[in-house]
Amino acid sequence: MTYVRYLGRTVFRMLSLLIAVSVLSFVLMEAAPIDPMTAYIGTDSALSEEAKEEIAEHWSLKDPPVRRFAAWAENFLQGDWGDSITFKRPVKTVILERFRYSVWLMLAAWTLSGILGYVLGLAAAVRRGSLGDRIIKTLCLVLQSAPTFWIGLLILSLFAVKLRWFPIGLAAPMGKLADEITLADRIYHMILPALTLSVLGIGKITLYTRQKMLEIMESDFILFARARGESMAQIVLRHGIRNTLMPAITLQFASFSELFGGAALAESVFSYPGIGSALTAAGLNADVPLLLGIAVFSAVFVFAGNLAANLLYMILDPRIREASAR
Amino acid sequence: MKKTGKINTRTKTLIYIAAAVLYLSVIFIWGISMPKEAYGIEYSEKLLPPGWGHIFGTDDMGRDMLFRSVKGLSTSLIIAVLAAGISSAAALAAGVAAAVFGGRIDSFVNWCVDLCMGIPHLILLILISFMMGRGVKGVTAAVALTHWPELTRIVRSEVLQIRNSQYVKAAYKMGRSRLQAAWEHIVPHVLPVYLVGVILLFPHAIMHEAAITFLGFGLPAEEPAIGVILSESMKYISTGKWWLAFFPGFMLLAAVMLFDVIGESLKRLLNPGSGNE
Repeated sequence: MTYVRYLGRTVFRMLSLLIAVSVLSFVLMEAAPIDPMTAYIGTDSALSEEAKEEIAEHWSLKDPPVRRFAAWAENFLQGDWGDSITFKRPVKTVILERFRYSVWLMLAAWTLSGILGYVLGLAAAVRRGSLGDRIIKTLCLVLQSAPTFWIGLLILSLFAVKLRWFPIGLAAPMGKLADEITLADRIYHMILPALTLSVLGIGKITLYTRQKMLEIMESDFILFARARGESMAQIVLRHGIRNTLMPAITLQFASFSELFGGAALAESVFSYPGIGSALTAAGLNADVPLLLGIAVFSAVFVFAGNLAANLLYMILDPRIREASAR
Repeated sequence: MKKTGKINTRTKTLIYIAAAVLYLSVIFIWGISMPKEAYGIEYSEKLLPPGWGHIFGTDDMGRDMLFRSVKGLSTSLIIAVLAAGISSAAALAAGVAAAVFGGRIDSFVNWCVDLCMGIPHLILLILISFMMGRGVKGVTAAVALTHWPELTRIVRSEVLQIRNSQYVKAAYKMGRSRLQAAWEHIVPHVLPVYLVGVILLFPHAIMHEAAITFLGFGLPAEEPAIGVILSESMKYISTGKWWLAFFPGFMLLAAVMLFDVIGESLKRLLNPGSGNE
């Protein structure tokens, strides 16, 4: 019962935030020094007067802002997200197509930084004060502060330019037809951007896991486990992982927002045709429909991450589960 | 007390802080007082690798990368100071109000925090800078208006702890209004945490300024800014001109990390539990 109530409350809260996000984005777009008509059709449009009339009618462009928002929201809910000026295609198609590229990139980076960060954090905590621990700690502090796009540029100049191991950019070899591109091509082109993007998250997760694990290593039950004669490997397997995995996973899910932003930067360094580079293009070309679409889409993405974190915690943590079952 | 010859944590922390402040103020003053000629165009010396004449090398127009980076970083610092000032003031006000008044105001502030954190930060920055018509004004506004949520949370949770203490209740009993009590008894206690929060906000502000400038929303291309420099370097990096990206980014990283060092050190010093280790 409490499950349902908790879930209901969370979903309600998220819906209210989602509506607010779209209102906020809409208001920001409205306040931009740009004519609403231009915002919808672009500056170099060759449309006839009648076609312009039709667009103005469809989006209520001549009405006051509140009506305009209502028109936009209604169309949006019906699946008409407008047409992108930059790509000359419906916004929804552009977003879904671009997201297909980005989602693999983000997933690869997310998994890599999560697993590697967690293992490094555990290892550092177990050998506290050793040379390895100090190296990991310093490296993570540096990576945490390093700008994603700079890391991307360094990776690019080392692995793609100097060593020539990987291609310089794009998601597929140039000059190849769309149906000739193999999965191997895709993966080959994705490695460097994914590496760049995973650097963004790895410092945080490592330092967090290390801190948590250190706290646990100092607790009485670890002392007792040692007194019983458990080896380090046993302690880590039986007590360490059980106590640190959950918070680490939650942290990883809560990082969706940074992941999305980081993807925009990494994609622009490697000219990878994902949703991040679509966002940049939309902003630079004053492509209002696409900007609005991506803003709302990204909010849904972040909410999904937060919801997953909340739900996982509720399902997997026995303490919370017991408390809510009572 | 026995002298061991080793310096203690406190002294070491103070040394770190001094070094960090020195680096940042040198960059700041050097950058502001730098004449335009220092990073002027010199076609006879274009694309030189790092060497004695130009420690950081030169770019495609023969501009010295060291001077450009310093100038750019000082611009970033100014924007970051402005942004941190505005954001932190908003965070203090919102955090204290939420915790002191509670109820509706509290849930409203929390809701706003969730709203701002619900959109990826970069997208929010782009939307705001787009609204302001890009340029310097756009970046400053975007960075200033989006950095308050985390600090608000910190301030709020801190105030919540102090709110129910004896002396605050006593102040209420003596007839102090909520605002008076907040100002006289709560704010002074939150101040250390708040100050650390403000300093830790700088690195984020600098980084975000550089990021949106890099993407092309921020400072105009002719302005020397780290973001502009790095985005220009992308054109030459495929031909192996690594120094165009390496050094400017490294200076940015150093500035960001030094702010982090100052913040974390202060946190340790101000915390009575670890201040005298």
